[in-house]
Amino acid sequence: MSGFCGRCGRALSTEPAHVDCAAALELEPPRYCTQCGRRMKVQVVPTGWSATCVEHGALSS
Amino acid sequence: MTDILEFARAQVLDRGVGLDEVAVLEILRLPDERIADALQLAHEVRMRWCGPEVEVEGIVSLKTGGCPEDCHFCSQSGLFSSPVRAVWLDIPSLVEAAKQTAATGATEFCIVAAVRGPDARLMAQMREGVQAIKEAVDINVAASLGMLTQEQVDELVEMGVHRYNHNLETCRTYFPNVVTTHSWEERWGTLKMVRDSGMEVCCGGILGLGETVEQRAEFAVQLAELDPHEVPLNFLNPRPGTPLEDQPVLDPKDALRAIAAFRLAMPRTIIRYAGGREITLGDLGTRDGLLGGVNAVIVGNYLTTLGRPATQDLELLAELKMPVKALSATL
Repeated sequence: MSGFCGRCGRALSTEPAHVDCAAALELEPPRYCTQCGRRMKVQVVPTGWSATCVEHGALSS
Repeated sequence: MTDILEFARAQVLDRGVGLDEVAVLEILRLPDERIADALQLAHEVRMRWCGPEVEVEGIVSLKTGGCPEDCHFCSQSGLFSSPVRAVWLDIPSLVEAAKQTAATGATEFCIVAAVRGPDARLMAQMREGVQAIKEAVDINVAASLGMLTQEQVDELVEMGVHRYNHNLETCRTYFPNVVTTHSWEERWGTLKMVRDSGMEVCCGGILGLGETVEQRAEFAVQLAELDPHEVPLNFLNPRPGTPLEDQPVLDPKDALRAIAAFRLAMPRTIIRYAGGREITLGDLGTRDGLLGGVNAVIVGNYLTTLGRPATQDLELLAELKMPVKALSATL
């Protein structure tokens, strides 16, 4: 498995079972880019969220 | 010895007088098998002294993260190793958020900033944002910008901000365990200025910060003494990187006791379900609270975390035959 956990930013290759993080992401937006693990700028609004990684661009709900 | 719920029925339901600290503590200590009775009484009190309407609100963060304060529950403090990065919302996005909030039927839209108090840049952003919202959307605009000066209070009134949120967060005796960069009294001072300005006062806090039940009772009566228009009740959602990240989530039975107790302390106040209800009480808890004294909800997402979709809460209100408070009734 490659990539990074969107909640804690750790590499999924070393810790593949981020069960708690996956559950938490039901009620919070990702804070880390899943491609590079960088911390993202995240804006939450009442009906959604958007996140921006300086390297990989924007994501949204 | 009179049973506490019989006593509360006579004093709060019949006469509209809130419980004192000793009586609130008794409610908070009720055995499990009496929680349903307490919630039922709290619901009757709410229906009698507030009515069946539910006030619906959306909130948005205008300035997220990078706060100089050390509120131990908050992921937006710049003093902790939280993953939340500083970001500003632009005006078009703010207006769009207000439109989306109004589309749910909400009458309140609260603009929040993670700051000790507003600086000139934030006040300018507020002025532009409030004006743009008022030109585009029929919704009441509230604000939560930390501690204010008298000049800033006056400026917010002049902008047309109708309600100001500034949570005391917890009781006076426990506050220094939660925040060290400013005092409970400084917050109280801002609240008094807001009250004197004519803006509606919105002041609540967070339950489950590690306070004792005695301190929870102390908090309820301190809020009652302030007599705010609205009390938002949050339940701690422990955030990564904060000093309270390992604090256990509040026991749902204690959360329900607190909902009933706060309603019995403040029979006429808007009590709003705010952050943390999903993680503390789950979906069923929203129903229990609305049938236990709560008469307002934040719908949709919170400032840095996500809530239930607004449609779920609105469908529940329809099922419970609780009308959403109309904008015309609040202006």
